Amino acid sequence: MANHEETPEEKPETATTEPREKATFGMPLIKGLANTLSHILRNEPNTIHYPAEKRTPFPGYRGEHRLKRDELGREKCVACFLCSTACPAHCIEIVAEEAPWGDREKRPRLFNIDMMRCIYCGMCEEACPCDAIELTPVYNIPSRSRGEKIYNKEKLLSL
Amino acid sequence: MDVFFAILRAVVIFAAVLQVVPALVYFERRLAAWIQDRIGPNQVGPVGLLQPLADVIKLAFKEDLTPEGVDKWIYRLGPALVYAPAILAFTVIPVGMDLQVASFDVGVIFLLTIGSFSVYGLAFGGWASNNKYSLLGGLRASAQMISYEVALGLSVIAILMTAETVDLNSIIRQQWAAGTLGLLQWNIFQQPLAAGIFLVAAFAETNRLPFDLAECEAELVGGFHTEYTGLKFAMFFMGEYVAMITMSALMVTMFLGGWSLPWVEIPTTPGVGDIALSIGIFMSKLIVLLFFYIWVRWTLPRFRYDQLMGIGWKVFIPLSLLNLGLTALSGVLGWNWLIPLPW
Repeated sequence: MANHEETPEEKPETATTEPREKATFGMPLIKGLANTLSHILRNEPNTIHYPAEKRTPFPGYRGEHRLKRDELGREKCVACFLCSTACPAHCIEIVAEEAPWGDREKRPRLFNIDMMRCIYCGMCEEACPCDAIELTPVYNIPSRSRGEKIYNKEKLLSL
Repeated sequence: MDVFFAILRAVVIFAAVLQVVPALVYFERRLAAWIQDRIGPNQVGPVGLLQPLADVIKLAFKEDLTPEGVDKWIYRLGPALVYAPAILAFTVIPVGMDLQVASFDVGVIFLLTIGSFSVYGLAFGGWASNNKYSLLGGLRASAQMISYEVALGLSVIAILMTAETVDLNSIIRQQWAAGTLGLLQWNIFQQPLAAGIFLVAAFAETNRLPFDLAECEAELVGGFHTEYTGLKFAMFFMGEYVAMITMSALMVTMFLGGWSLPWVEIPTTPGVGDIALSIGIFMSKLIVLLFFYIWVRWTLPRFRYDQLMGIGWKVFIPLSLLNLGLTALSGVLGWNWLIPLPW
């Protein structure tokens, strides 16, 4: 009991810098008005005039996908299904066929990505053993119909 | 001929006030944007000047909804009762040298009487909408406006006591003085306490931030006008802005010397040039005050409701009574109140 009375100053620190009774309107009010006035006078908007003026995406930005080609112009993809397995949104559809080339067994006959389902997480890029799929920094991706947003192999290779 | 001129004056002045509203809305949106480091409306017309016009067209073509279960007549009366008093109160404001829609013997008392009618509009709108948020907004609006009207009225009475008239043109003439310190003749320097109380109470009367408890976007959706669409909403909106202009105009007239400028002689038989100059002076003072309104709105956060009422009843009403008492005392003792003038 006596111990309790001896340590009254060990109160937890509160976030407020001033005690409530001493808080006043006057100075904060004037400071606030001066601050907003300085913003009016400075007039440095942070706005980007979007359609007229485009922002360069930050490095590592994850936009639309593309499929890469090797030095002979063939798609790098070997239809291993690792990307579609890794995909949390199940938006990659692959149908494999036998590859006509000697250095691999399979290549994709179909390679569709449903961009409307894609969450642009980049897991496919992480999972790919052949470095065949990647996310480009293209962010301007609207279209006029849902069908247009299902990208097939040709479209993905051409990007 | 007198009737013709009276009608012409009414039409021109009321139309001019209504034309100020879109300009004010544009001005407010641009200033708000600048304060927040944005750009604001700049797409419609040159530097966005036609934005208010686009807004009006949009509002005019919106569906005029009447929600289920509303009290139809009161619901329709609400916007009109906010809008009409605000514009009617402008009747007695002298916008230029002896230039007003009508000059009554009661002057400023007419303005305060008519101006306080708009509380019915807010209460009706809130009550008739059949919506709990509207009802709360209407309740708050009426309580707030009635409370602050007392302080507003008392601060005006202090001015009327020293002026010994309710005619606004005479009050302006009394605020005019020659000499380098002529500015000090303005009531804002003669009666600083009354001016401060009037300014704050005017913010509360027009439901502007930091006292916009009646609308309270964050907690009451839109307050009393939640259920209104299209032109009915536009009337509430216009009413708010016209009330703001009227209050600022009254402040200019009562405290800032109205259409007069110190050092510039008031001619006894004014020509057209003199009247144009006086209108210009009045407008410049009005614009400064309206800028102040907007500046404060986008700086200060909203008060809590109990704080609002506490300030109104425990600070402003006693202060304005004290000011009234001091003014009366100084009048009885023959003091030149507060600032003894050398002439």
